[in-house]
Amino acid sequence: MKIAITSVGNSLSSNIDERFGRCAFFVIYDTDTKSVEFIPNHAKDAEGGAGTAAVQLIASQQVAKVVSGQFGVKVKPLLDSLKIQMISIKGSHSVQEIINMVEER
Amino acid sequence: MLFKTHGDKQLKIAIASGKGGTGKTFVATNLYSVLQQNQVSSILIDCDAEEPNDHFFFKSISKTDKEVQVNIPVISAESCIFCDKCYEYCHYNAIFYLPSLQQIHVMEDLCHSCGACSVACEHNAITEKKKTIGTVTTYLLSGNYKLIESRVNIGVYSPVPVITSAIKEAEQQGIIILDAPPGTSCPFIHTVNNADYVVLVAEPTPFGLSDLQKTIAVLHILEKPFGIVINKSDIGTLAMSDFIQKENYDLLLSIPFDRSVASFYSEGKIMAEREEKWKEIFENLIDKIIETACK
Amino acid sequence: MQIAIISGKGGTGKSSITAAFASIEKNVVLADCDVDASNLYLLFTPTHEKEQAYIGAETAIIDNNLCISCMKCLENCRFDAISYINQKIIISDVACDGCGLCARICPTQAIMTQQHDKSRLYSGSFRYGKMVYGVLAPGEENSGKLVNEVRSKANIIATENDLAITLIDGPPGIGCPVISAIANVDGVVLVTEPTLSGFHDLKRIKEIADNFRLPAWVIINKFTINEKISSEIEAWCKKEKVNFAGKIPFDLVMVEAMTQLKTIIEYQPNGTITKKLKEIYNYIKLNINKQTN
Ligand code: SF4
Ligand code: SF4
Repeated sequence: MKIAITSVGNSLSSNIDERFGRCAFFVIYDTDTKSVEFIPNHAKDAEGGAGTAAVQLIASQQVAKVVSGQFGVKVKPLLDSLKIQMISIKGSHSVQEIINMVEER
Repeated sequence: MLFKTHGDKQLKIAIASGKGGTGKTFVATNLYSVLQQNQVSSILIDCDAEEPNDHFFFKSISKTDKEVQVNIPVISAESCIFCDKCYEYCHYNAIFYLPSLQQIHVMEDLCHSCGACSVACEHNAITEKKKTIGTVTTYLLSGNYKLIESRVNIGVYSPVPVITSAIKEAEQQGIIILDAPPGTSCPFIHTVNNADYVVLVAEPTPFGLSDLQKTIAVLHILEKPFGIVINKSDIGTLAMSDFIQKENYDLLLSIPFDRSVASFYSEGKIMAEREEKWKEIFENLIDKIIETACK
Repeated sequence: MQIAIISGKGGTGKSSITAAFASIEKNVVLADCDVDASNLYLLFTPTHEKEQAYIGAETAIIDNNLCISCMKCLENCRFDAISYINQKIIISDVACDGCGLCARICPTQAIMTQQHDKSRLYSGSFRYGKMVYGVLAPGEENSGKLVNEVRSKANIIATENDLAITLIDGPPGIGCPVISAIANVDGVVLVTEPTLSGFHDLKRIKEIADNFRLPAWVIINKFTINEKISSEIEAWCKKEKVNFAGKIPFDLVMVEAMTQLKTIIEYQPNGTITKKLKEIYNYIKLNINKQTN
C-alpha cells in the first residue's frame, strides 16, 4: 500500500506540512517495498485550485491514504470519491515519525 | 440647491473607503435619504456584495429577487478522449483530471467561467450549464424609490458578476449612488470604474490615512475624479487634513464625532430623517459633489 | 499556538485588538494577513529584515504591431476585457481576469500574459517579537495566496525563533482570503460591534469558522454604543453555544492610543480596557490550551 505524506522538505527528518494543497513536498511511502519518494508540489503557488491539483498528483501515484494537517472543503469530497483515506495530524512531527506510526499499526 | 435640478441627467456617484467601518454606509444611506426627501429621481445600489447592509436602513414595501448566473462547463466523461487539452487551457486548476482513472470533471467553485476549455475541446465533450452565484434584490421603497442590492453566495470566487448585474439593473436617469465594497481590489475597482465620481470616506487616524492613500493610488490608475469626506474629524490627528491640503484634493465635508449618532446608526436609522441639521449637512454634501464632479 | 482574529466587516477594531494581544503576550509572531489594508506596521514600525516579491495575478497585453485585427480574441473573451477602438485592439487591465485564452488563440501570437510582481512580503522584528506582513500593489487582488505566503513565512519564523504563539490579523469579508487566514489555526477570535450589520456579519463568519470546525470566541467591541444589540448578541451566543469571551466598552482612548501609535495596553497600562483585554486574552488562551490537550 502507498501512503502520501505532505512535507515541508525533502528529507525524512523534515516536518510534515500542515497545508495539504500548498505543501512543499509529497512523500510517497510504500509499506510493501519500504521505498520513499519525494515529489515537489509544483501547484503550491497556484492562485487557486492548489488542493485539486494536489489530489490529482497523489491519486496518480495510486496512494490509499494521505497524511496531512487539515483538508479543505473542496478537497475532502474529491478524496472521498477516490477512496483515499485522509489522516489529519496536529503539531510538529517529522516524516520519519509518521512512517513509524504507520508501520506500528 | 443644485441637485434638485439634476434628476434628468445621469450621475453615478460611488461612496467608497479603503476599509470598512469608516462611515461609508452612513454617508451613502443619508445621501439617498435626502435625495428622496427632496423628490430627486435617484437610486441606491448596495455593491458590497459580501456583506450588503443598506437594506437595514430603509423600510421596503416589496422586494423582487433576480438570480445572477454564470456559465459553468460540464464535461462528459463518455465523449472525452483524455487529450489533456482543456486541462492545459484552464488557468485556474478548475478541471479535475485523472486520465489513469478515466476521471474528469469541473470543480465549480474554482471555475471562473472563462470558456477556455470549451474552445480547447475538439471532441464536443464540453457543454455549458448555468450556475447561480448570487442574487440582485430590488427593494421597492415608498415614493417609488428603489434600493438595489447585490449579494454573493458563500464560496463564490468573485462577487464582481453580481455587482455588475446590480449596477446594470439601474440603467435610468437621475443620481445613482453606489455603496462600494471595502478594500481596493477587484470588487472595489469594478464598482468605482462604473462611477462618474467617487466620494472617499476616511477617518483621520494613522490607519485611516494609510488606507486613504492606498485607495487614492488606485483611483489615480483608474483616472477617476474623487473628493474626500473626513468622518469623526475631531478624534484623530491633523495629518489627514494636512495631506489633503498639500495634495490639493477636494475636501467635501468633515463630520465631527457624535456618540449619539453612532448609537442611532447602530439601529439602522438615518440621521437625515431625524434632525434637520443632518438633512442640511447631506444636502450641502450633494451640492458639493455635483459642483466638483461637473467642474 | 495560532490564533486568528477576524471580524467580517471592517472598522470593528480588530487590528487594535490584535495589537493589544501582541503587547499582552510580549513575544509573538504577528502575521498581518489583512493584506488589502495591512496597517499594523504603522503601529509597530518593524525592521525590514527581508523583502520578497509576491507574484500576483496575470493580465493579457497586446503587441499592436503583430495584430491583424482578426477579432478572435474579442469574440472569445468572456470578461469584456477586449475592445476595438480606432481600429486598434485594446485590452483593459481592469476587466482582464488573466485566463490566457486570447493569448492561446491569437493566430499571430500578438498577445501575451504578464505576471504582476509589484506586491511585497516583508518580515522583520518589532518590539514584541517577529512580524510578517504583505502589501498588495494598488489594484492587485487578494486571492488568499498572499495570505498563505504570509502564514507560511510566519510558520518558518516561529520555528526558527522558537516562538510559541502566532497572532494572525485576518482580512475582512467572507471570501477566500479569510478562509486562508483561519485554516489550521487553533482558535479564531471573532470581533464584532453592536450594530445590526455587525451582528449580521458575525453570524456569517461564525458559519465559516464552523465549516472548518474551528473553535471560536466572540468579543463585542464598543458594546456601550448599543447595549440592547449587545445583549442580543450575547443571548445569541448562548443559544448557539458560541463561546463568549467578553465585551469592551466604547472609549475614545482607543483612538487616542492609535493616533499616538501605541497599543491601548501601552497607552493606559492600568486602564479599564487594558484590564478587560488582558482578561479576555488569557481566557481565550487558557481555553485553547484546554482543547488542544
Ligand atoms: S470555463 Fe475556464 S475556468 Fe472554467 S473550467 Fe473551463 S477553462 Fe477552467
Ligand atoms: S486573458 Fe482572458 S480575460 Fe484577459 S483579455 Fe484575454 S481572454 Fe480576456
